[in-house]
Amino acid sequence: MLGGMDLESIYRAEYGRCVATLARLLGDVSLAEEAVQDAFAVALQKWGVPPPNPGAWIVTTARNRAIDRLRRESTREARHAQALLLRQPDEPREVGPVRDDQLRLIFTCCHPALAPLAQTALTLRLLGGLEVPEIARAYLVPEATIAQRIVRAKKKIRDAAIPYRVPDAAELPARLPPVLTVLYLIFNEGYTSTAGALVRTGLCQEAVRLARELADLMPDEPEVLGLLALLVLIEARRPARVGPAGELVTLAEQDRSLWNREQIAEGHALVRRCLRRNRPGPYQIQAAINAVHTDGSATDWAQVLALYDQLFAHSPTPVVALNRAVAVAEVHGPETALASLDGIDLPGYHLLPATRADLLARLGRTAEARATYDEAITLAGNDAERTFLRNRRSDLD
Amino acid sequence: MKQYLLAVHHAYDAPPMSDEEMQKAFAQVDRVNTELRSAGIWVFGGGLLPPDSATVVRVEGGNTTMTDGPFAETKEQLGGFWVIRCADLDEALAWAEKCSRACMGPVEVRPFEDEPEG
Repeated sequence: MLGGMDLESIYRAEYGRCVATLARLLGDVSLAEEAVQDAFAVALQKWGVPPPNPGAWIVTTARNRAIDRLRRESTREARHAQALLLRQPDEPREVGPVRDDQLRLIFTCCHPALAPLAQTALTLRLLGGLEVPEIARAYLVPEATIAQRIVRAKKKIRDAAIPYRVPDAAELPARLPPVLTVLYLIFNEGYTSTAGALVRTGLCQEAVRLARELADLMPDEPEVLGLLALLVLIEARRPARVGPAGELVTLAEQDRSLWNREQIAEGHALVRRCLRRNRPGPYQIQAAINAVHTDGSATDWAQVLALYDQLFAHSPTPVVALNRAVAVAEVHGPETALASLDGIDLPGYHLLPATRADLLARLGRTAEARATYDEAITLAGNDAERTFLRNRRSDLD
Repeated sequence: MKQYLLAVHHAYDAPPMSDEEMQKAFAQVDRVNTELRSAGIWVFGGGLLPPDSATVVRVEGGNTTMTDGPFAETKEQLGGFWVIRCADLDEALAWAEKCSRACMGPVEVRPFEDEPEG
């Protein structure tokens, strides 16, 4: 019997690719998923040592299992899928088609006709191979909710005939952003969880893995590289972001020796690759900001502010305006920064009062700062951030 | 091939279009209809008179009742629709975009049930 760790890592690496290939062979995402699960169950029984190409083994076994299963069923879908399978006998596992399969599956999971939570759940389930309880735990929603979202999404893919294909060049500008958003949101949910513990490592790693695969599949899309660079540069600082007691450590106070050097070098190299293409977009600019933060021993705030100006020109959102204000404070002082917060409308977002409180404190307006910290503490979603804000507030006394 | 309903939802409480806008929308919809027909996508389509022209017929327990007005008393009502036949949702969505631009209103895309095998 195979060691649990081996099978676990093979499963993580191969699951999404196998589902993607089977989805093409079967013309149906749900059937593909069942077939791949069947094949992994067989692998658990049969493998002594893993075969040299475990993915190919899984695909062949899944395909044969699917044929068996379809022969036993007589529904219209089953006959259709069986016909598809028989038209493509023993197709060799070439690199080209497999890469296309993966891309097709990514674009299907993140199709704009699906609701955002469904896109995320489907991506984690089909591409990441995460189980429903894992996804539910990560998003702190009941398992039944996630299971239902996934079932409904798969039903819509079939009923509405959401195609299983890579969008062409003309469609890509509209279709790529939702894919990037899904990967970014998976990472962000792991990084700043909306409730409970601060970092859920698994989600961050899964998002980085998927972004890396996407960058490998679409190396000519600068925003894809930008997203990967951004995630890697944030991920590199994770070991320094939480202190021994689980408390939040700000960028300025982080022990830089704890940062992951390899990831920082990778992130910087990716940012340079993006810059050479000279087709900037929001993810590339955010990656560049993080590259400045991780360059040398201290942040060059003038450069950060210039990049935030560029980002705001691209995406004039209140969150960008808020982050820009932090850079304004470093370059032009807290008074100017405070004025730039006027007119930012972010109801319920704790970082707005948290930033305002910090600026008030720096200006010596202690009473106002205290009241504004209270406002932020009430809105903060997780324990680490609440503790951080309480400490800041008590530093005022 | 699949069939899709492209339903135009109209807010009947909103201020009506000016005559000029109305003429523009008619001309644009006409052009889209021609395009749908020549692409072999068109099945059926048309604009509806306002919901105050509607009558609901209901047969319950052998009794037939007829009531004046639309089925649902909502501000948003079906204003017109297309039925199209195309390969998949992406194709239907691309046509819906053209239709929405032409009629200057939101278009809901709904797949038909597959026809039973004959």
